[in-house]
Amino acid sequence: MNAIHSRPFTDAIRARGLTKSFGANRVLAGVDLTVPTGSLLALLGPNGSGKTTTVRILTTLLAPDGGTATVGGHDVTRDGVAVRRMIGLTSQQATVDDLLTGRENLELFAGLYHLGRRRARRRADELLERFGLTAAAGRRAGTYSGGMRRRLDLAASMVSEPPILFLDEPTTGLDPRSRAELWSVIRELLASGTTILLTTQYLEEADQLADRVVVINGGRVVADDSPAALKRQVGAERLALRPAEPADLARAGAALPGAHPDAEAGELTLALQDPDHLRRALDQLHRAGIPVGHVELRTPTLDDVFFELTAAAA
Amino acid sequence: MSAPVTAADGRGVSAPLTATGGGMSAAGDLRRLVVRDLRRDMRVLDGLIVNTALPVMIMVLFVYVFGGAISTGSSGLDYVDFVVPAVLLMSGGYGAALTAVTISDDMTGGMIDRFRTLPISGWVVPAGHVVASVIRNLASSAIALAAALLLGFRPDASLTDWALVLALVTGYVLAMSALAAVWGLLVSSSQAAGAFSFVVLFLPYVSDGIVPAETMPGVLRGFADHQPLTPIIDTMRALLLDLPMGSSGAAATAWLAGIVAICVPLAALLFRRRTSAR
Repeated sequence: MNAIHSRPFTDAIRARGLTKSFGANRVLAGVDLTVPTGSLLALLGPNGSGKTTTVRILTTLLAPDGGTATVGGHDVTRDGVAVRRMIGLTSQQATVDDLLTGRENLELFAGLYHLGRRRARRRADELLERFGLTAAAGRRAGTYSGGMRRRLDLAASMVSEPPILFLDEPTTGLDPRSRAELWSVIRELLASGTTILLTTQYLEEADQLADRVVVINGGRVVADDSPAALKRQVGAERLALRPAEPADLARAGAALPGAHPDAEAGELTLALQDPDHLRRALDQLHRAGIPVGHVELRTPTLDDVFFELTAAAA
Repeated sequence: MSAPVTAADGRGVSAPLTATGGGMSAAGDLRRLVVRDLRRDMRVLDGLIVNTALPVMIMVLFVYVFGGAISTGSSGLDYVDFVVPAVLLMSGGYGAALTAVTISDDMTGGMIDRFRTLPISGWVVPAGHVVASVIRNLASSAIALAAALLLGFRPDASLTDWALVLALVTGYVLAMSALAAVWGLLVSSSQAAGAFSFVVLFLPYVSDGIVPAETMPGVLRGFADHQPLTPIIDTMRALLLDLPMGSSGAAATAWLAGIVAICVPLAALLFRRRTSAR
């Protein structure tokens, strides 16, 4: 191990005040985030919120306009080469060669990491095994299913055993089963000590995997908390309720503290703090003499998170 | 996993597997990327057709279909002997022009992000495509030559002449690949990159290669006399058929050296600009 790598630090990734504009379009307006070594941070946000731009800056593919960031103790703008030695990146676009087989892809990248032919072959074997691709090793990557491609992509990012891994929306577009498979692979990487920054549009994904969640919207961090705390803030589940008489909607809203009536949809939604909250809410409506027409429980969506977070800020 | 090297000890992050080898690594990287390209070529049907069947088809087309109707003018040559140099260049040149597409695909897809996060010199990525293109298209030219010999091409050339012909074809394929690389790095889509093939496919027609330039009307003749393919073809003809070369050898060398000398550094510069973190 050389001296540069052994410099002590506890945060594998640290960004302060990152800004970036493309022309007149301000994509990042001052992003701060910290990922302690060995943990997983989920960067959660909708399309266009600045997730990918943040990842591209942290992986040295893009220079920030302002702010600073260190990855593995190295400055991303001044010491890109050292940063690249520490990281693996799985970007949204597939970064494997469709015309090469799974094994050929891994051996190519292992070769480009200068592992030597025999070691490259062994490394490819290990990765194929670990990512459940041994049976498909001899098939061209172009014939893989979406989930297999992502796993191959992830395997390619792990060829050099980087201590820090960036995954840009690794499960977008995958079916639930492939998603679950990828999650278990990510958990294994985390268990082996890899620091991971993962971007996602799915609150559930962040909840499943992350030690900490940074919610980003419009290039700004709107929340930085543990998944549990974030869920407490948003409510684990949401109650969607329609009064039997549409005219009662406003009255129902007044009777339920924290409810958001939506006149257009003719319903009101309420973030449930705990299961008993549902009973209390129905009791409150009963006491107010409002008959309930339709009740539904919904898992919170990203929209709910933003609604909640922006409502809290206002 | 046999060697977990990433255990966090609370003090820091341990080093990943690091690259071994210093100065020789660029040559090794180049070789790996060339192998990647050649493997890809063997797996794409239309690419294989361009590289193997097309040279034969062009040769047959010119010798049997057009050959009977074209006079070789004052040279008095058999048409097959006359047209071989142009067909050798056409066979290699079209495939070389496709280098623009392969480079553009790498640049516009996600692959370039992967390459950029690897500890390799950036220039080996376009260089790999160019070198693979030279190998692939020399093979195409060789196939065209074999077809020509079967169709009655009777060269009169010494070993030195053959070596010089090989050098010229290699130079031409290298020049066209490098030019294609520049084009592929300038445009932002594979479709636009593909347009370069038409230019390269078209050039031989307005040269001394397929019909004698002396038979063309004024403007076209002026173009044919001053474009690079005419001196290259005239030189090849002189070498292959043991004819007087005149000044065409020097002109051909100057053209090829000039294109390579401009396009290679330009491609490297464009690649750096496309991939710099901005």
